[in-house]
Amino acid sequence: MVTYILRRLFQGFFTFLGVSALVFFMGRATGDPIRLMVPETATKEQREEVRKRLGLDQPILIQYGVFLGNLARGDLGRSYLQRDEVSKLVLSRMPATLELALFSMLIGIIVSIPLGIFVALKRNTAWDLLGSTLALLGQATPNFWLGMVLIIVFAVELKWLPISGRGTFAQLVLPAVTLAMASLGYFTRLMRSSMLDVLSQDYMRTARSKGATESLVLTRHGLKNALIPVITMMGMQFGNVLTGAFIIETVFAWPGIGRLGVNSLFERDFPVIQGVIILSSVVFVISNLIVDVLYSVLDPRIRLE
Amino acid sequence: MGSTLEADFTKIRKWRLPRFWEALLTSPTGLSGTLILVLLIGVAIFAPQIVPYNPDQLAMRSRLSPPSFQVARPGEPPHFFGTDSLGRDLFSRVIFGARISLLLGLTASFIGGVVGVTLGMLAGYYGGWVDSIISWMINVQLAFPFTLLAIFIIAIFGGGLDKLIVVLAWATWVNYARIMRGQVIQIKNNDYIQAAYTMGARPWRVMFLHILPNAISPLTVVTTFTFASVILQESALSFLGLGVDIRIPTWGSILSDGRNYLQNAWWIATLPGIALLITALGANLFGDWLRDYLDPRLRVQ
Repeated sequence: MVTYILRRLFQGFFTFLGVSALVFFMGRATGDPIRLMVPETATKEQREEVRKRLGLDQPILIQYGVFLGNLARGDLGRSYLQRDEVSKLVLSRMPATLELALFSMLIGIIVSIPLGIFVALKRNTAWDLLGSTLALLGQATPNFWLGMVLIIVFAVELKWLPISGRGTFAQLVLPAVTLAMASLGYFTRLMRSSMLDVLSQDYMRTARSKGATESLVLTRHGLKNALIPVITMMGMQFGNVLTGAFIIETVFAWPGIGRLGVNSLFERDFPVIQGVIILSSVVFVISNLIVDVLYSVLDPRIRLE
Repeated sequence: MGSTLEADFTKIRKWRLPRFWEALLTSPTGLSGTLILVLLIGVAIFAPQIVPYNPDQLAMRSRLSPPSFQVARPGEPPHFFGTDSLGRDLFSRVIFGARISLLLGLTASFIGGVVGVTLGMLAGYYGGWVDSIISWMINVQLAFPFTLLAIFIIAIFGGGLDKLIVVLAWATWVNYARIMRGQVIQIKNNDYIQAAYTMGARPWRVMFLHILPNAISPLTVVTTFTFASVILQESALSFLGLGVDIRIPTWGSILSDGRNYLQNAWWIATLPGIALLITALGANLFGDWLRDYLDPRLRVQ
């Protein structure tokens, strides 16, 4: 178990290294960073001086090495525009994004798992049709659109909830529900099909033929196995939720890293964009690691592979 | 006794010789999904014949008119979906938007599918360092928020339809690769694969004639999900102002415009979204049906 976790940690580190390389080299490919830092009127000599001072005259691989070294010390550079340290800027926005993402995941899980099991057991009945259709609708709904519709209905027309911002619980409701809808639909469908897969397995028949009660068969043999793929997908979905948060934060003016990232992109504030990507990928790698460990606890076969 | 056996026999025969169309037309989900997709394709192809207005025609005097089935002015067709802030007919713009969505959905999920299936196949089949590298690529991509990846690529290469296809295909290959890899690992230990080797089959033959057909069912389901998600992602990018040229009407760009009029013109931000929703719903319904149809284990139940 310990070796497994260590191996996963090692893999997570390499994943992170890949992300940092992608971010660094793609950031460089978007153009000469000097161009954005010095005024248009600067002479060639002044440009070269800035370039030398920032180490941008070094070979690109050495620059990447320096970038990694700084990263290891938590130094992500400074924002071009706000002059603040990127790490501070991004970290200060992190709690808002995590709050939104975790709360919406929670809504998704609480609703979808029982719903998925229920419709799987009621396969081919009106309940199945209703539940599956609702799940499908949740998944097929573009979340930014849903956000706007909810704003029109609950904020503009009914005036029950605030349009945007962060601070009170009421302000969390609309963005979290909006963001939850996709995971809700996805998990319900996944839970349903996974449960159906499991129900047709031989070991279910074996368990029944041994004389186990139906509820024991369903919980111990059915549910435990059916949850395995759903839990893995939850780890993946967390990445999707983070991505979804980028857009939802824009719709609801939610002050998280997504909104920071999107705004920085329009302002071409590359150090901030790099910081946003790197930090959200750290969150993602860690959440995946947690899921993998959980996965190996549930399904011991995984550890042996 | 004999009659029961005969009855069972016909039942088995019926399942063994499934008639695709019959199965499709008798399933409510399959049928409605297909109808939606056919309708979408029809609308995309015949867009110029369907629309009552030129989608780009400005009409400042009828700007922000609400949806209506009544003729606003003599000689002018009604604005079913209302008009936008420049007086353009929203219905016509939504109809033309179907073209972009369909084009992007099909091409991006196809390109992503070819790349993803190939990489997933290699990873699952060869294992070892091949698997390590491809799995690493998958993990790196998955740890990278898609929206930012897309904006990054668009910032580097500029916008436009072809770049958008690349971006969306880049976002989808992972779905296929992950599923394919898992499938191959499962399938390659089957006896019939060993049998194929015994018969002297080469690796590529085993991969594409023995493994791939057995992985078709989950791949088809992934394709329909991917098609739907590509369409949603395109609209999300257009919504952020990063899609195709803003003058080209797409569902996302219309919605993005509608965001500025949430308080006084609800139709701009809602009606194109319904088109998106129905399209994604159609793809998912069809995929669901296809999954049940293709998966013999489920059919037996």
